[in-house]
Amino acid sequence: MILVNDFCENHHIEISFIRSLEETGLIGIITVENDSYIDPGQLQDLEKIVRLHYDLDINLEGIETIKYLMQRMNDLQDEINDLKNRLRFYEEEPL
Amino acid sequence: MYIDYYKILGIDKNASQEEVKKAFRKLARKYHPDLNPNDKTAKQKFQEINEAHEVLSDPEKRKKYDQYGTDWKHAEEFEKANSYQQQSPGFEGTWQSNSRPDSDFSDFFESLFGRAASNKGNWQARFRGEDYHAELHMDLTEAYTTHKQTLTVNGQTIRITIPAGIENGQTIKIAGHGGSGINGGPNGDLYITFSVDNLPNFKRLGKNLYTTIYLDLYTAVLGGEITIGTMSGKVKCKVKPETQTHSKVKLCGKGFPVYKKEGQFGDLYVTYIVKIPTNLTPKEKELFAELSKLKS
Repeated sequence: MILVNDFCENHHIEISFIRSLEETGLIGIITVENDSYIDPGQLQDLEKIVRLHYDLDINLEGIETIKYLMQRMNDLQDEINDLKNRLRFYEEEPL
Repeated sequence: MYIDYYKILGIDKNASQEEVKKAFRKLARKYHPDLNPNDKTAKQKFQEINEAHEVLSDPEKRKKYDQYGTDWKHAEEFEKANSYQQQSPGFEGTWQSNSRPDSDFSDFFESLFGRAASNKGNWQARFRGEDYHAELHMDLTEAYTTHKQTLTVNGQTIRITIPAGIENGQTIKIAGHGGSGINGGPNGDLYITFSVDNLPNFKRLGKNLYTTIYLDLYTAVLGGEITIGTMSGKVKCKVKPETQTHSKVKLCGKGFPVYKKEGQFGDLYVTYIVKIPTNLTPKEKELFAELSKLKS
């Protein structure tokens, strides 16, 4: 697990930003003996959020919307792939 | 080639620093790689925007660009002449005429500001590195089992484990194995898209497999036992009497492994095609005629 303090120090961001992400449900924070940690599995999402917020000046509501739309885009991509495979199944020469 | 940074950001030559920043942010929101995964055009566009911003947001660079922009090929001579006259240490860039194939900046940028300039400036946004994309071909036999494979992507050798049941067209991400980050940003990721070809005797649809078995007329009519080759070995199967051509049977659990669900398999669907005998002997013809009479 990654200490929230370490993450913030590395990315030059305020701890309050991570807290607000937790409040909006964009990420989860694990507290162990008064120390706050980030699950490494969330790291990539979190870094993306940091970039969107600090590089592009997108607020948390915007990030939430982007996250939802990106998820929809991924789901649709999976569906397209599934349909392509089905189409291939029927288009290929019979066995 | 001269690049009009003002045009790229869609701003006037007299635009204020605030207007430069605003224009950059607006375009970056549209073309940022995080918002356009797997989109090479957007990535290219974003690099242009980033480069334009790098120059126009830095008053020193902007001044130099405004001064030498269209005559950038002669900038070196101008600069040398200037330094002889003024002995000024102002510009620290190193002039380069050759280009890096993996550069995040154009030849134009590097010729005008030098390579070192790409790491300087008053605005140092950190961007994650480029995502690499690779395609890996395999057939159903390879996709049937979990196996390790060594790949060389952009000179980097990596060993990956490909779980059984990988789908045709499925993309997996190898985090951190893409291009290096910009200004200390994180590395990009490596995306591998799998192209899984069917076998001549098996077709796959998701977790299920499909095959065709040719039955001789007598087994189809009278029933019997046949051996069917599956991807996990041969199995014996009973054929019901009076089996019709194109009828299907399902062999449970003899299909394809379910991706990342160890021990779970789909089913194998077998389509029977009844073969009508050819080159009949006179005796066989006689017996078929007799059968025909019986039916009518």
